[in-house]
Amino acid sequence: MDAKLVEVRAPIAGVFYRKPSPESPPYVEAGDSVKKKQVLCLLETMKVFQKIKSPVNGKVVEIVAQNEQPVSDNDVLLIMEEE
Amino acid sequence: MFGKLLVANRGEIAVRIIRACRELGIKTVAVYSEADADGLHAALADEKVCLPGFKPVDTYLNMEKVIQAARETGAGAVHPGYGYLAENEAFALRCGEAGIFFIGPRPENIRLAGNKLRAKKQAAAAGLPVIPGCERGICTVEEAVAAARDTGFPVILKATAGGGGRGMRICSDEEELREEFPIARAEAGASFGDVTLYVEKLLRNPRHIEVQVLGDSGGRVIHLGERECSVQRRYQKLIEESPSPALDDDLRDKIGAAAVRLAESINYFNAGTVEFMLDANNNFYFMEINARLQVEHPVTEMVTGIDIVKEQVRLALGERVKTGVQRHRGHGWALECRINAEDPEKFFLPSPGLIECYRAPGGFGVRLDTHVYQGYRVPPYYDSLLAKLVAWGRDRAAAICTMRRALDEFTLEPVKTTIPLHKRILADQSFQKGTFNTSLVNRFVPADDDD
Repeated sequence: MDAKLVEVRAPIAGVFYRKPSPESPPYVEAGDSVKKKQVLCLLETMKVFQKIKSPVNGKVVEIVAQNEQPVSDNDVLLIMEEE
Repeated sequence: MFGKLLVANRGEIAVRIIRACRELGIKTVAVYSEADADGLHAALADEKVCLPGFKPVDTYLNMEKVIQAARETGAGAVHPGYGYLAENEAFALRCGEAGIFFIGPRPENIRLAGNKLRAKKQAAAAGLPVIPGCERGICTVEEAVAAARDTGFPVILKATAGGGGRGMRICSDEEELREEFPIARAEAGASFGDVTLYVEKLLRNPRHIEVQVLGDSGGRVIHLGERECSVQRRYQKLIEESPSPALDDDLRDKIGAAAVRLAESINYFNAGTVEFMLDANNNFYFMEINARLQVEHPVTEMVTGIDIVKEQVRLALGERVKTGVQRHRGHGWALECRINAEDPEKFFLPSPGLIECYRAPGGFGVRLDTHVYQGYRVPPYYDSLLAKLVAWGRDRAAAICTMRRALDEFTLEPVKTTIPLHKRILADQSFQKGTFNTSLVNRFVPADDDD
């Protein structure tokens, strides 16, 4: 099967969070297999949290954005490999 | 007396406070985060101090840094605005210890108002009607079920440390209560650091009416009439007005007197708001006390002619309330539309970014409280409120007419804003007739999705 890389980008500017709360484990790690629509991370914009979900069934190749750091509109957050 | 005041806030409210101080001859110090270096408040203040970082917890919520900035600049007073450190008892105490005037209520007022159940008990003790419900905080689902059976379904679960609709869950039967209880508890813990809940009888589609009060250090309290805040979305206010179209003079006097009675019973100091719910039969019930200056204070200012921020400063200095306004009937009618950087068509998704085109409305009867200007970049880290557009008219119809005209003039692009939603609501028959309740906005926006 051909592996296809898919970039997950920020729909709007905000702060990138890898976990739902500071004490929780991250939603995903590089190498994890994920299902389509599985939550990958959170994006906080103006006090509103948005769940960023996987667009594909596949694997997390790289987590590009840094936890709790600002990202701009359309920045790459994660890179996925479609199954 | 103090000659310099530090504004511990950002955005439109920081600008609002700086303007009042300038008129009073008080120098101002702005604090700003690294993301707000281009903020209008930082440009307008006499001095500015950078709070390193961009997150609220590192900057506008950082008590140590704010007090340090006040000390270093020689500011003798701090105004917290709303949000951030405004209802923080510890911060009010710290200011006192540092010999800095805190422009707001006393720490004990803030503590009482912050515990919704205690405030409700106090209101009942002062003879105010309260919504039936349990009298003690609830920690287990069995206690909640017992309390709900006593009260009768449907009920609403609320957090005792709550506010802003967080930790609130409507339960129509026992099954739903058992399902929602752990969620409400978790939400209360996460939002307020306190998992205690209480149960209240659900009032369906009430109107939300609040009374502005001012208390002096001698224990005297006056009220400045009411504000109607029923145009809400998920407990967030969108349009406020004063007076309320729902009240006649008799009911207005009763609600106003009730608010003053409660405030006097707790020796309330400085500006505050007593919130009520009004049912379809015009019965009013105490809801909560907001121990701060509120976002929507300008509508009261427009009809009373009283600058509430200046009054706050005056009262903080130990001056007395002006009892002449005890019987003050507002003059005319004022409306406020909150212009948020949100897309009403997409579940109010935030919309930060560069303001490429900015044209402000003006003319007779228009007041615009904003920190936005042409070329300003709306940062994604803070509140979505961009502007408060206020319209005044001799009567309600005239105020609506002016507001609709001002909304038509207002251009803020390309960010998405609530301006188109306001235009639709103001064109609505039930809004124009004044016969709406808190369910009004639902008719104008797509139904919420679960995400």
